[in-house]
Amino acid sequence: MARTKGGASNTLQFRDAGTHEGPLLVVEDLHTSFRTQRGTVRAVDGVSFEVQEGKTLGIVGESGSGKTVLSRSIMGLLPPRDVIRSGTVHFAGHELTAMDDTSLREVWGAELSMIFQDPMTALNPVKRIGDQICESLALHLGMDRKEARSTAVELLRSVGIPSPEQRVRWYPFQLSGGMRQRVMIAIALACAPRLVMADEPTTGLDVTVQAQILDLLADLQRERHMAVILVTHDLGVVASRADDIIVMYAGRIVERAPTRTLFHDTKMPYTRALMDSIPRLADPSGARLNAIGGRPPDLINPPTGCRFSPRCPYAQDKCRELEPPLRTVGSPDHLFACWFPLVDGMSTAPAVPVTVSSGPAAARSAVENGQAPAPAEPTGEAEA
Amino acid sequence: MGKYLIRRFIQLLVVSFIISVLVFMLVHLLPGDPTTQILGANDTAANRAILLKQLGLNLPLWHQYTIWLNAAFHGNLGTSYLNHESVTHILATGAPVSIELILISQLIAFAIAIPLALVVSRKPNRWLDNISTTSTFGLLALPPFVVAPILVAVFAVGLGWFPATGYTPFTQAPLTNLHEMILPSVAITAGSIAVYFRLLRSDLISTLQQDFITMARSKGLSTTRIMWRHAFRPSSFSLLAAAGINIGSLIAGTFVVELLFAMPGIGYALVQAVEQRDYLVVQGISLVVAIAFVVIQFIIDFIFTIVDPRVVRE
Amino acid sequence: MPDDRELLDTHSSRRLLTNALPGTAATDEAILATEETTAADDVLSKKPFGFLFWFAVCFVGVILLSAVLANVLPLQNPNFQNYSALSQGPSGAHLLGTDDLGRDLLSRLVFGSRVSLIVGFCGVAIGLIFGGTAGLVSGYRGGRLDGALNAFSFIILAFPAIVAVIAIVTFWGASLFHITIILGIATIPLMYRVIRASSLSFAQRDFVVAAKTMGATDTRIVLREILPNVIPVTVTFSLITVAGLIVIEGTLAFLGLSVALPTPSWGNLINEGTANNALSTDPFIMLWPALAMFLLLWSINLIGDRLRQRFDIREGLL
Repeated sequence: MARTKGGASNTLQFRDAGTHEGPLLVVEDLHTSFRTQRGTVRAVDGVSFEVQEGKTLGIVGESGSGKTVLSRSIMGLLPPRDVIRSGTVHFAGHELTAMDDTSLREVWGAELSMIFQDPMTALNPVKRIGDQICESLALHLGMDRKEARSTAVELLRSVGIPSPEQRVRWYPFQLSGGMRQRVMIAIALACAPRLVMADEPTTGLDVTVQAQILDLLADLQRERHMAVILVTHDLGVVASRADDIIVMYAGRIVERAPTRTLFHDTKMPYTRALMDSIPRLADPSGARLNAIGGRPPDLINPPTGCRFSPRCPYAQDKCRELEPPLRTVGSPDHLFACWFPLVDGMSTAPAVPVTVSSGPAAARSAVENGQAPAPAEPTGEAEA
Repeated sequence: MGKYLIRRFIQLLVVSFIISVLVFMLVHLLPGDPTTQILGANDTAANRAILLKQLGLNLPLWHQYTIWLNAAFHGNLGTSYLNHESVTHILATGAPVSIELILISQLIAFAIAIPLALVVSRKPNRWLDNISTTSTFGLLALPPFVVAPILVAVFAVGLGWFPATGYTPFTQAPLTNLHEMILPSVAITAGSIAVYFRLLRSDLISTLQQDFITMARSKGLSTTRIMWRHAFRPSSFSLLAAAGINIGSLIAGTFVVELLFAMPGIGYALVQAVEQRDYLVVQGISLVVAIAFVVIQFIIDFIFTIVDPRVVRE
Repeated sequence: MPDDRELLDTHSSRRLLTNALPGTAATDEAILATEETTAADDVLSKKPFGFLFWFAVCFVGVILLSAVLANVLPLQNPNFQNYSALSQGPSGAHLLGTDDLGRDLLSRLVFGSRVSLIVGFCGVAIGLIFGGTAGLVSGYRGGRLDGALNAFSFIILAFPAIVAVIAIVTFWGASLFHITIILGIATIPLMYRVIRASSLSFAQRDFVVAAKTMGATDTRIVLREILPNVIPVTVTFSLITVAGLIVIEGTLAFLGLSVALPTPSWGNLINEGTANNALSTDPFIMLWPALAMFLLLWSINLIGDRLRQRFDIREGLL
């Protein structure tokens, strides 16, 4: 939609559009590439999905799978230079991909906001946290200084920061990691957005703090009836919190299902491998982490066929030659991209895999485990 | 904040002490009998004795130093041998001229360098950036003694837009004063513009890659606001440090333009004193200018604690 | 205030440079996924020097050569006063013209360059010999001596150089020798700080630790492991300092506090060109040395800056 200048009336128009029918966010065939010296990096390569009002979507993948780029690409936050984006994003009935920066700024922070991975780098180090919250309030809700300040205090209180009256005057470096992430949430939620993108919101935090932050986010989500996209490398994080989960690999969706279905009827070997890489408390303390062998593929020259095939213990010739489409079997809301999907955790590939390019060790361990392809090679890439 | 500033303040005192010793020793660097050196060989013995006493040269060195320092603390830096003006008075009349020159030149430098860097750093390596980077690089090669004569030749002698010499105090005629100040200030500002622009530009470019800038964008803030309120301050540390160091070459610059434009500033007085071998004046001016320089460094350290609250933690 | 170790450490500057490439953290992630190190910064630093660089090198070369060969070149005596050719413009006999005393401006320009060059290069040499050696050892050894030297250099640098130089010249007398020595001494703490910071950063690197464990002597480590790595920073910084010293000498000469007339130096030539209404009657007297000074400073700065880019040193407070 073509939006011209004249901000205020457009803002109202946009807010009125809340009554529109259908999903809150619709992403269709989104591609995002970066031009680099070495070639074009296809970070997001044909992604489509929807998010309903008030729901939580988990986007899961290893680092380098394109999930962070995806979330920024949806918002339109990537720098225009050397970035090529195609496809469409509709938010509350408006096409974000057709808006210029001026129009997008009315959406950013107000209707659609973002929680960043590392609050240490994402909070301005030389600005008081109170000012960083007030900024959005003044801009989008037109509050004056006093009003904004007292709202900021309330926001800090609602995200569980003790004695917020004093803390508003603090600088980010004076807070602990968990507190900083709470501040970031307060900033993201300041103007009561309808959709929050949380990009690895708990990655840098202690496990106990992680749970607190995620619970806080879930509580606030329920109170405010907002939708959340939770981007993470850790399936464990989204397991109990997301309504639906998208698994990404090399810039593409490889599996998408409601959370329960995904965990009970995993189709994609990659998803299985991700699940096995979640450390469990029940594991003996000396147990090795089941990291996925090999490295994420080169996004400039992705492998032919299924992009996971070089690392997949069940890969067949067909997998290496033909790219599997995203398809369904049975349930219409369970999509996956695999020629030989798992059934009850067992591969449907015709032969027991022995010739795996990522190394014989991986194959052997898969055989020994008898159920899950979990190459035991301890690699540096493992994200514990 | 207290601890950091106290440490800096102690440093200030130590440096000032050492400066005072060095400046004091200058007179004793003179080879041979200082009175002969100062007064010349033909002066009367009576005059020589007066000077000897004035300098206190018959006392042990450390004693001479304490006497000299004590006098300096009481505002007595000696008197000019030539016109019997007190050094304090020379400094008091010269300081406003020199300070005004430095202030105006810095205002010009910041007014050009900061907005230019803010505009250019958003799109590095585009044409505007390339032009500004290349031309400011040329400014680095234009010290005051090169620019000032050219400015005079073109704008004073050639076009006649500005007076070639002269100084009117601001309090007497503000407009005349500013009119006279323009050429000399511009002459000492070239290097500052280049240094400030280049530092701020490169720091801004790396700041703009930071997550908190993306965060600020994701709040829906306008580009102008992001540049001024989010990017500028964390990018200004090197700029601030450079401004402090730069004062040294600015002082040198004021000497040049005060001489060229015949402005009665401290530099003018110093050069006159050097030419006339008026040693006490040279000594007094050196002491005050050096300590002023150190004090400015301290003030800049103090500004650091305001601009970057994290400094205090170190 | 940025830590100068970080500013000078070429490794961290490489990191900063990588960060400065187009993109945000998200881009980095995407690029990282393809390969650990981006080839981009290599491309950047291997950028050809370009025409301007070689022009600057040639200009400095010509100036150096003519200064060295001034006595051999077919130039008039710079102090010869030809009363039949007063205040002439450029001509066949006098390529750059003559001044109000009939002296040949080209000759004075060439002979005048000697002062600037001697002060600039010899001053830096003094700074390098003393400050550089001290910095190299001090940064490598650390400890109490390092702490003391470091604090001392801070104090010396807190002194505004120009005031110190003027004061000393006044009391000691202005001659080429004195000015070179004084400016050389003033350069020592500068060289010390820069080279110490660089040496310090390399002293903690793995290859130095490895050499130590293999039983290499300290002398050997400093000369074989650290010195070669410190050279890029040293060369770059020395060039910038040469330019700085030339400016200070020029300023002194302009103020009449450098070599005494009639010996020409660019600074006093410019001053002569501004005195006695010469700017309106004969601007060439001022113009030639001003132009030469501009081009020389520009060339030295440009060479320094291009080398800095090539060596991958971050533009900081160098």
